[in-house]
Amino acid sequence: MNLRRRALVKGLLVAAAVMAVPRWLFAARPDAAFNANDADAAITDAFGGPATESDQVMLKIPDIAENGAVVPVTISTDLADVEAIAVVVEKNPTPLAALFELTPQSVPEVSVRIKMGESSNVRAVVKAGGKLYSASKEVKVTIGGCGG
Amino acid sequence: MGKPIKIRAKIKGDIAEVKALMEHPMESGARINADTGEAVPKHYIKEVVCKHNGNVVNTAYWGTGVSKNPYMAFKFKGAKSGDTLEISWIDNTGDTSTTEIAFK
Repeated sequence: MNLRRRALVKGLLVAAAVMAVPRWLFAARPDAAFNANDADAAITDAFGGPATESDQVMLKIPDIAENGAVVPVTISTDLADVEAIAVVVEKNPTPLAALFELTPQSVPEVSVRIKMGESSNVRAVVKAGGKLYSASKEVKVTIGGCGG
Repeated sequence: MGKPIKIRAKIKGDIAEVKALMEHPMESGARINADTGEAVPKHYIKEVVCKHNGNVVNTAYWGTGVSKNPYMAFKFKGAKSGDTLEISWIDNTGDTSTTEIAFK
């Protein structure tokens, strides 16, 4: 009886400690999302649901990428309370390329250089105020950047 | 131990603009070594953590779709001259690199 009570007290203490830690959006890298072979599955794995198109998400990427191995992308948004920004290349073997977790200190603008295996639609996904928004653009790749 | 990260950071008004260049092969596992005919194993940065005065301001999770010798840029509020900025990455083999600078 006493032992069981000890265990219960210990359990409650652990639970309290866990709850006291600030709740991050992602406790760790969402590996399943990065391993997904499908863009929609990757977004659902990373964020828990699909995103709706929004003109408040700005995706800056060239129309034509001469070299698919290095395609510069900049994503920014006018939305408030931005928690995360992701880049998804629909036709890449693993579409989720990068996922940035922001903080209240962040300005919602990130840039990164990505690989594109072939011409594809590229999606920017923004999580803001608990909701998901996206923008997309078709990018034509002259030389693919995956096999090599 | 990975190569040091090249960091360019400047403060414009209240906003810090940070650019970082990392030296890393970012092998996707799909590339074939022309000499051996075998696939080059996956070797890529999984996570980049950026800290301002010790507090995380941006965490980047990456897959194999990020280019070789990765470049990233981001902005945040509340930085001033003398503050520190630390960027570190870890790759899928457990290799890491950390570089710290001070804002001018």
